[in-house]
Amino acid sequence: MTAVVRVENLTKIYTLGDAEVVALGGVDLTIDQGEFLAVMGPSGSGKSTFMQIVGLLDNPTSGTYRFEDTDAANLDADARADIRSRRLGFVFQSYNLLPRTTAQENVELPMVYAGVPQDERARIALEKMEIVGVAQLAKHNSNQMSGGQQQRVAIARSLVNNPALILADEPTGALDSKTSEDVMRIFKELNVSQGITIMLVTHEPDVAAHARRIVTFRDGHVMRDEINQKRAA
Amino acid sequence: MTFKATLRLALQALVRNKARSMLTMLGIVIGVAAVIVTVAIGVGARASVQSSINSLGSNLIIVQPGSVTTNGARSGFGGASSLTPADGMAIAQIPGVSAVSPSVTVRTQAVAGGNNWQTTVTGVAPTYTYIKSWPLAQGTFFGQSDVNASAKVAVLGQTVVGQLFPTVSNPVGQAILIKGVPFTVIGTLTPLGQSATGQDQDDTILIPYTSAMQRLTGQTTVNQLMVSAATAAQIDAVQASVTTLLEQRHHIVPPAQDDFQVRNLASIAAAASATGAVMEFLLAGVAAVSLIVGGIGIMNIMMVSVTERTREIGLRMSVGARGKTILMQFLTEAIVLSTLGGIIGVVIGLVGTLIVAFVAKWPTSIPLIWIVISVGFSAVVGVFFGYYPARKAARLHPIEALRFE
Repeated sequence: MTAVVRVENLTKIYTLGDAEVVALGGVDLTIDQGEFLAVMGPSGSGKSTFMQIVGLLDNPTSGTYRFEDTDAANLDADARADIRSRRLGFVFQSYNLLPRTTAQENVELPMVYAGVPQDERARIALEKMEIVGVAQLAKHNSNQMSGGQQQRVAIARSLVNNPALILADEPTGALDSKTSEDVMRIFKELNVSQGITIMLVTHEPDVAAHARRIVTFRDGHVMRDEINQKRAA
Repeated sequence: MTFKATLRLALQALVRNKARSMLTMLGIVIGVAAVIVTVAIGVGARASVQSSINSLGSNLIIVQPGSVTTNGARSGFGGASSLTPADGMAIAQIPGVSAVSPSVTVRTQAVAGGNNWQTTVTGVAPTYTYIKSWPLAQGTFFGQSDVNASAKVAVLGQTVVGQLFPTVSNPVGQAILIKGVPFTVIGTLTPLGQSATGQDQDDTILIPYTSAMQRLTGQTTVNQLMVSAATAAQIDAVQASVTTLLEQRHHIVPPAQDDFQVRNLASIAAAASATGAVMEFLLAGVAAVSLIVGGIGIMNIMMVSVTERTREIGLRMSVGARGKTILMQFLTEAIVLSTLGGIIGVVIGLVGTLIVAFVAKWPTSIPLIWIVISVGFSAVVGVFFGYYPARKAARLHPIEALRFE
């Protein structure tokens, strides 16, 4: 299997005044194509920092990071933006849809920055909204939708550039348990039937239980890396 | 990102926040409208000042007789009796001269019914009202046939009307005695007010210069010749031509002194152009200040907007927008707002100008160049004051922007 993400001895140190905070203290991890991985850990464990570096929102302090075929540890901001635009999809806890904007326009947004022609944008957006079951909401404004609907639209948005990896940061954190289940089923479905690689960051064991592999962080290190027996079975 | 795509993003963002976009534009709208109205009123005021100065005769050249020396005492200008109406007719042939009027002045008593009043009676040609830009209030002015016939007709200034005909609403057709000679009133002049030196210009009676010479003074010479140059630019050339012509006609060869003097009201013309220059500075100042205030308004709201939309910026970056793309979007938003505001401001300014012209009866006009300047300047204001907030947005770190509450 090809590795989408391969990090070795990855560290991230924040300087707050005189104090140095070690967010990541040497992480080794490989994510293969087609994996569904949950990253767990209490707050301050480094799981969010890890997601930001893997998501090319930030550079590590040291260590190596290979994203697909690119040495991604020391890219400048524009190069990182270009990879995010073409190869990564993000889903956030707070959906982050543009207000007073239709669902379809929200879904099209990444393609605007990737330079996809307009009629093709509309076609792809509707196709992805169909997959997550919100095609009927295409013309609705984002603020007229329920949380679950907004998160589905956000998932459709993360799919439009056919990303190598989807990063979901506490995607169910703002949803009730019933809706959480629905959203997690969508991720599972995308992973199984479309073969999309997903990295999920959460602190809820119920949510992590949907993944096939669970990596637990503590104090900036990987404490446990295990196959989810229940799902693997 | 193409320019079209950036413009579309900017327009979408502006439409999404209609209320804020409009409030942001308001500063520029008011600034530009203020510029347009101020310029319109200023240009109108300048035209009106110019026309009052013209009424003094800014293109006027005055020819007076020279000085005479009697037993060693020199009389001063005007003392000689050397100018004749024929000199005036010769001067009228000079290119660049639009009108000539002789002027014969007598200070004498005028009587009408039971009222009498001492006033200045001036014998002039029919061109006089044109030279002085002095319109009639009632009746008619005398013509060339009245001059040829030395007709006993008179046109009264408003002060004289008030003193001789306090109870008559229209004195045209009434008889008056000037130095005992009966004249018929054929017209009255509009009020002109005081001259620059404080004289009451309305305290006068105008009659044909031939009538004044033959019936009142008995002289064959005139007190002065009033010459009007066609344009202000021709004053100096006309003045030189008049001097040369009169030297020929009066057979004066240097080193003999001229028996006349030619002068113009150049100092008044200079004051007029200085007034114009001061007004231009004033207008430019007001224009600059109001547009800068509008621009600061744009910057202010754009700064708030960047803060308010921090998460939106973080999201745009996380889905692949480069810093430069964000910068261009925000800058485009600012330029669209300021240019649109400028155009709306021009429209409101033009409407305001019409209202001012209508209500205040003030002559207004708006030079096209000022419309171009204000719209162009507001676009520049957008670039200038939009750049800082846009750069601030572009420099945000995507993680911090996404976390922003």
